[in-house]
Amino acid sequence: MKFDKPATNNPIDRQQVVGRPHDRIDGPRKVTGTARYAYEQHDVVPNQAYGYVVGAGIAKGRIASIDYETARKAPGVLAVVTAKEAGNLKKGKRNTAPLLAGPEVGHYHQAVALVVAESFEQARAAASLIKIDYAAAKGAFDLKAAKDKAAKPEGDDPSLDDTHVGDFAAAFARAEVKLDETYTTPDESHAMMEPHATLAAWEGEKLTLWTSNQMVAWGVTDMATTLGIPKENIRIVSPFIGGGFGGKLFLRADVLLAALGARLAKRPVKVALTRPLMINNTTHRPATIQRIRLGATKEGKLTAIGHESWSGDLKGGGPELAVQQTRLLYAGANRMTAMRLAELDLPEGNAMRAPGEAPGLMALEMAMDEMAEKLALDPVAFRLLNDTQVDPEKPERPFSMRRLDECFRIGAERFGWSRRPARPGQTRDGNWLVGFGVAAAFRNNLVMKSGARVSLDAGGVVTIETDMTDIGTGSYTIIGQTAAEMLGVGLDKVVVKLGDSAFPVSAGSGGQWGGNSSTAGVYAACVKLREAVAQKLGINSDEAVFADGEVRAGNRSLPLASAAEGGPLTGEDTIEYGDLDETHQQSTFGAHFVEVGVDVATAETRIRRMLAVCAAGRILNPKTARSQVIGAMTMGAGAALMEELAVDKRRGFFVNHDLAGYEVPVHADIPHQEVVFLDETDPMSSPMKAKGVGELGICGVGAAVANAIYNATGVRVRDYPITLDKLLTRMPDAA
Amino acid sequence: MRAFSYEKAASPADAAAAAAKHPEAKFIAGGTNLLDLMKLQIETPAHLIDVNGVGLDKIEPTSEGGLRIGALVRNTALAADERVRRDYAVLSRALLAGASGQLRNRATTAGNLLQRTRCPYFYDTAQPCNKRQPGSGCSAIGGFSRQLAVVGVSDACIATHPSDMAVAMRVLDATVETVKADRSTRSIPVGELHRLPGKAPDLDTILDKGELITAVTLPKPVGGTQIYRKVRDRASYAFALISVAAIVQRDGSARIALGGVAPKPWRVGKAETEIGRGAKAATDALLADARPTHDNAFKLPLVERTLGAVLTQARG
Repeated sequence: MKFDKPATNNPIDRQQVVGRPHDRIDGPRKVTGTARYAYEQHDVVPNQAYGYVVGAGIAKGRIASIDYETARKAPGVLAVVTAKEAGNLKKGKRNTAPLLAGPEVGHYHQAVALVVAESFEQARAAASLIKIDYAAAKGAFDLKAAKDKAAKPEGDDPSLDDTHVGDFAAAFARAEVKLDETYTTPDESHAMMEPHATLAAWEGEKLTLWTSNQMVAWGVTDMATTLGIPKENIRIVSPFIGGGFGGKLFLRADVLLAALGARLAKRPVKVALTRPLMINNTTHRPATIQRIRLGATKEGKLTAIGHESWSGDLKGGGPELAVQQTRLLYAGANRMTAMRLAELDLPEGNAMRAPGEAPGLMALEMAMDEMAEKLALDPVAFRLLNDTQVDPEKPERPFSMRRLDECFRIGAERFGWSRRPARPGQTRDGNWLVGFGVAAAFRNNLVMKSGARVSLDAGGVVTIETDMTDIGTGSYTIIGQTAAEMLGVGLDKVVVKLGDSAFPVSAGSGGQWGGNSSTAGVYAACVKLREAVAQKLGINSDEAVFADGEVRAGNRSLPLASAAEGGPLTGEDTIEYGDLDETHQQSTFGAHFVEVGVDVATAETRIRRMLAVCAAGRILNPKTARSQVIGAMTMGAGAALMEELAVDKRRGFFVNHDLAGYEVPVHADIPHQEVVFLDETDPMSSPMKAKGVGELGICGVGAAVANAIYNATGVRVRDYPITLDKLLTRMPDAA
Repeated sequence: MRAFSYEKAASPADAAAAAAKHPEAKFIAGGTNLLDLMKLQIETPAHLIDVNGVGLDKIEPTSEGGLRIGALVRNTALAADERVRRDYAVLSRALLAGASGQLRNRATTAGNLLQRTRCPYFYDTAQPCNKRQPGSGCSAIGGFSRQLAVVGVSDACIATHPSDMAVAMRVLDATVETVKADRSTRSIPVGELHRLPGKAPDLDTILDKGELITAVTLPKPVGGTQIYRKVRDRASYAFALISVAAIVQRDGSARIALGGVAPKPWRVGKAETEIGRGAKAATDALLADARPTHDNAFKLPLVERTLGAVLTQARG
């Protein structure tokens, strides 16, 4: 199905199933431990052996020698894989560094060996017997030091280009009120609960991988490239994923090494990455240095908006797209953005939940708060004053739907924003200095081609098959709801099968495109199935109404199941998109409101309450969508207050590489959270009229927290995370 | 994890005998720290003596009017004990500020005292660490040291002792009772249990090989307002950036011990004579010889401010 005209009325608009807060249909399996995650696939193939990955102990250099004779002879050991045994491997196009080092080492904890043994413990014990001598080389590990050498990112992707609209320099120079500040965000880790894990089994030339991967089809392609075997020989099965946040978009060492280990040991092999390896072996969100310049009239109209960002990555990698929201969020005639990329020898940087916008808004929305203060404007009023209904770079290009103003107004009302202390550092509640903060949430809505197959059997059961993944987001449920709505059955009549490359290729989970795109693909397949059903029943499919397990047309009414009496009926299709996302800017919007307390003595910040008001098209399931948003708000709170991969700038690695050292919020950090979704449908996005919501929730949260801290204390900290040491000596008098 | 042999001791004497037989043995009780360290091959005992069955799990009054806490008393039980809550509130509060409910259910009194540092370099076997591998060097000095010690450190090590409980015991003048492999016993003031690193940071305590902690005794209650203030980046389940254990009397006199600043619970007599002159004077005495790093210099003003808040609260 080609979606190239705005959606008109369709069966989804009935909202009998879609749009309702159904519990997750996979929930019972998850809470009873019967939803099998990759490492728990104990019974899919017999005779499984265990692999343990050894990570490089240096950040850069080469392996001078590696001696695994003792390890190979250790109890239970079946095989040891190093670059030598691996033979000629290529690199998948989505990986920056090779997944297996040797002799060159490209980053700390890059895999150098896999030990395969009868038990996990034997593999781990034997791994410690491998003796490796490294010839370490000097590397670059400090973004700040490398900043001046950073270059314009290479590649033809237009999102990497510098942008110029109007005459920024002149407008900024003559602006009546100006801001020119630099903000920094640290490297961050996805820190998902489930580690990267894979069970690999060969059957002749055919390889099956039970793994934890957000993008099944990408995994197949990159694995085929890496091993140099045909795509058709690889099957990836990834039905349940214990969190990904972008860390499982691409092939990682567990997948490759499990496959290599299984080939060498001639046994199925399972491999999980340890927590330290998750941090230094896989990807992370790169640190940024961001300079923001804003110029405005005395009345508060922005006349100049400039945003530059510096980030680093391994050679061949890419920048953090921290400026992208600045091109679209606020009106202003003169604007510029630029990104510069430094070559660093830290582990590979890549996408983490709302890449670009998450760190970008932490800077931009703090700058907006500072600017509002310079203008003596309320931060909400200042944002509303600079709202826009069109792409500010191309005013002929409207937003498909943009209700940011309502998010702010409704949020302000609900939060009691009018009670915000206008002067910072003035409100005390016992030992706490109390403050309010606000920030805009903004994240683009990406539409992705997505396929599905839907079948109906004689029992009236509808089965959906698609390689779409559920990374904890609720894909199973919204896909089931979509099919139930389209075919007029209850969710109890729907079976959803996901995450298998044997199924039609979907959008996968990433960039908050999964929910809307994958359900649109299911919609398309259901349209096909409806046609097949109508034809079978001798009903004109244009007139057919699918409801209550029946198909109705005129005064005829037939059981849906009867269409499959002669055998199952199947509809398969792929949703594809025209140029509606080019003629219209499709984005999602929100407003975050946060109240914090800052301990007057210790400068510990504790969040007291959070509110997000979101406008993101049709909300397919308010319950799972709310879970997405509160989870993202929690992640944003972590980014504001505690999350930071600490770089050892001498040795070139992230030092705090476990969950004791890399702190993410715990329950005690997150008190009251409220989420409001505006009731809307966006006909430009897809037949579902939905947009992404999974990343919107993190966008801007960090800045709202930071602005609340400023409002509480009068201390402006521009370097995230805002830990107490950065506030302490500048705190107002405790008296 | 290195392969090890295992036995379960039936009594403290049994445990001592086992320790005499296996000089490279470790005792295991709750295992909340030791097992992690064994999995990472930071601890590689050839033999484990499980002391969970030796008794020592009672809290009993002493003839001096204090309490004798068996080595195997779990942190949860100790924190909840009525006498502890009433007479040694700082101890109960410190325990509840540490770890998580699940860990406190497992962790024992003796094991808590003997837990090892949480310095991240100690945990990464690819990095030099004098505590883990004597003579290999200290990666933390000049590295990421935000969490680490500012006082009592040496050129060989700047690790902190991570316990909250031990800080409270220090301020309560607790005594540690042990039995050695030769079955001799001794009492050690808790302030003398942990060593400063000097040139041998691998030795955390003065305990001999095979010496088993059997109990911790608390002297007669001293009353006062007892406060444990733990300062940390997140609200729960985090090690202290710094902590203050305080017992403040109505006459203004006070005992103060600090956590998170030193390789051991940190208490300085002079600070307590200075306390009448305020938090700054007391802090100056507590941290007189501080050698902070760039990353952790904030701990000095943080101690002063936190101590000030604690004294204000106590005198409320």
